[in-house]
Amino acid sequence: MAVHYLAANRFGLGRRWDDPAISDAKGWLTRQLGEYDPAPTLIAGLASRDAIATAYVDYREERQAMRREAADMPMSDAEKGMDPELRRLSRSEIRRHYVDASAARLATAVASPTPFPERLVHFWANHFAVSADKQTVIGFAGNYEFEAIRPHIMGKFSDLLIAAVRHPAMLLYLDQAQSFGPDSAFATRVRNRGNRQAPGLNENLAREILELHTLGVRTGYTQADVTSFAKALTGLTVAGLGRGPGQRLMPEDARPGDTVFIEPLHEPGTQTILGKRYDQRGAKQGEAVLRDLAVHPATARHVATKLARHFTGDTPPPALVGRLAGDFQTSGGDLPSLYRTLIASPEPWEAAPTMFKSPWDWTVSMMRALKLPAFGERQNIPALFTQLGQPIWRPGSPKGYDDVVATWAGSAGLMQRVELASRVAARIGDRADARQLAPLVLADALTPETSQAIARADSPGQGLAMLFATPAFLRR
Amino acid sequence: MILSRRSIILSSLGVAAAGAMPNFAYAAAGTPKRLVFVIQRGAADGLAVLAPTGDPAFAAARRSLADETAGGAKLDGMFTLHPALATGASLYGAKQAHFAHAVATAYRDRSHFDGQNMLEGGGSRPYGRDDGWVGRLLTLLPATERDALAIAPAVPLALRGAVPVSTYAPSRLPQADADLIARLTSLYQNDPLLHPLWDSAVKTQELASDIGGNNGRNGAELGKLAASLMVPADGARVMMVETGGWDTHSGQRGRLAAQLRGLDQLIGALQTGLGPAWKDTLVIVATEFGRTVEVNGTGGTDHGTASTAIFLGGGLEAGGKVSADWPGLSPAARFEGRDLKPTRSLESVIAGAVAHHYALDPKRVMATLYPDA
Repeated sequence: MAVHYLAANRFGLGRRWDDPAISDAKGWLTRQLGEYDPAPTLIAGLASRDAIATAYVDYREERQAMRREAADMPMSDAEKGMDPELRRLSRSEIRRHYVDASAARLATAVASPTPFPERLVHFWANHFAVSADKQTVIGFAGNYEFEAIRPHIMGKFSDLLIAAVRHPAMLLYLDQAQSFGPDSAFATRVRNRGNRQAPGLNENLAREILELHTLGVRTGYTQADVTSFAKALTGLTVAGLGRGPGQRLMPEDARPGDTVFIEPLHEPGTQTILGKRYDQRGAKQGEAVLRDLAVHPATARHVATKLARHFTGDTPPPALVGRLAGDFQTSGGDLPSLYRTLIASPEPWEAAPTMFKSPWDWTVSMMRALKLPAFGERQNIPALFTQLGQPIWRPGSPKGYDDVVATWAGSAGLMQRVELASRVAARIGDRADARQLAPLVLADALTPETSQAIARADSPGQGLAMLFATPAFLRR
Repeated sequence: MILSRRSIILSSLGVAAAGAMPNFAYAAAGTPKRLVFVIQRGAADGLAVLAPTGDPAFAAARRSLADETAGGAKLDGMFTLHPALATGASLYGAKQAHFAHAVATAYRDRSHFDGQNMLEGGGSRPYGRDDGWVGRLLTLLPATERDALAIAPAVPLALRGAVPVSTYAPSRLPQADADLIARLTSLYQNDPLLHPLWDSAVKTQELASDIGGNNGRNGAELGKLAASLMVPADGARVMMVETGGWDTHSGQRGRLAAQLRGLDQLIGALQTGLGPAWKDTLVIVATEFGRTVEVNGTGGTDHGTASTAIFLGGGLEAGGKVSADWPGLSPAARFEGRDLKPTRSLESVIAGAVAHHYALDPKRVMATLYPDA
């Protein structure tokens, strides 16, 4: 039972080169729950929602202007050549927010003195995944994790759920921002004017909340529940971004990027979801549904299973799942109570290191182990993780990345890690000694075989590359 | 040969190798057959890929998207092919494309993840199997035709099974030096997970080193890459290519056109890249389910049921044909009042095409690919 290795890698993000020796692993993890900083300085200086939204609006207007010009008069060859450049410049403003936020996320994880809660931030951001595939979401993805996820991981699950659902990144990603009640005051008005295509419902967010965020798939909800829930959520949208007709209804004091509730877009009337009637008016209706879903037994089970899997492996022990689910229900979804149960449970400490680190976990743990920077200052952080197969905040689906060994343990992915370790080792050269580093970072999981293989390396650089490619370092 | 030297080693995913002995009785003579499975993740809208413009209920249901296929090839009195599928249309003219419409797997709910699990696993319920239909097909193929490769960082479910499968994801990183590779080979020797992964990574890298600069994102590049991995004498014979981005909840018109242009170029590049081998190649393009008949409030379509599968290649059984037991699009004819009703099982259509392609007994193919059906 490699207690120190498991505390540092399974619960944490890998040992830092300057971490003091840990005598009481469980006490060390528990203390971190109280010492967690939801707003560390590295992310405090990032752009506000307003600035991100403005960058997007500017970009869109610039493009529209270019299109209008293109329609009015034929462009010279030189102007045609400028177009993509202009586009790239304006696009870079949005991209800059994404690149800056990605770099800040990585730096925070590498420097963090509380790696267990930091891992939980990444876990929850993946549970409530948005994917920066849509232009509107790219700039907001970092802000989403920093403002909706980080501040709520030490509170109730219901507050975390509501914060995630209400953030503009989620509203835009799952099309809620453009979902209107089919019989809302607004849609009715449009229809009466004789427009064939009145604005209507989009059930994407409602379905994914039920399937992915709360109850879990195949837990008994029906298509009718999805549709009614989608109706209950209507009215919730984002100010200053959409081009849709609803923009005229935005409150005057709303700034671009604000989450707003617009009554005339809301579907009037009572909704029945999972057999319960919701007759609240306005925004209270959707919130009441969310609060009920957040404490539903199926949600307790779903969350317990995912947490247990993350800290034990592909097939989480039923006893641990049951204990976490019970804890979730008795505490009303109190998250720190679940974390304490995880620390106190025997199961996470029993299994051998079976989980394969994600590219993110692996890279962070490599950087934490090194006193010197692993990459140059100009390293493009998003490109690095795209290359490794785990683009930051871009899992490509609202399900997030699958948390099982098969997701990351591929032959091509393994070769890419070895290639990256070689590149980092070539940079560091003999300024780090893998023979001294190995007992520190692998602790009680260092085998004589690994120790020997590192010691026999043909150069300090090769030894370092081997350390990061050892079976124990690839796993957690 | 990518894998033959260790074909007796268990797959990295832990599926037992029982019953994995190749069957030579049906081995085709001469030229080795090739199979490409292109998965469309996200539920591609079959009603826009191949629009039933001749159905009297079509225009009213599709409203603003009714003319989505305007300018596309009219394949018969009922169906119009999306105009972005120009290569698809010319292959159809050459009797090298077949479209199966109103098909679906046995899955009748609307979760992408469950639906893809059924499409790939070929089971009768989500997560009912931990191996896939392509993986099971490999056990029926002669040794010369069962080298399988996925262009993906890890083995997709469809390819998992008793026969080991390689993966390849193009790398732009500098390659690790041969000495480090050799040392890691010995370090991983006794590791049941890392040993087969590493073995395969090293061999694939050798095979694919000349196209290392290709990032595979663009459809044409991806098709070119897939073909280049299948052309060599010791290249892959069974290939899986991943495509995503089909979940067109909003703004479907432009997004789907772009997707289909990419798919069309992927197919074109495959055909060009495979050259003479195209006549012995079967390409299957399929998605987990279709999309709603009606357009939603955001110019898109929501999760539905039946969709279209595309079969391409030089030796199709029914090239230049659309097959459909057309259910109609009127509300009463729909599945649950909202989706295109499935009238044929995608599993049996795939099994039929595969059996013809490899000249295998159709019953045996069905029983192996879809043992729970």
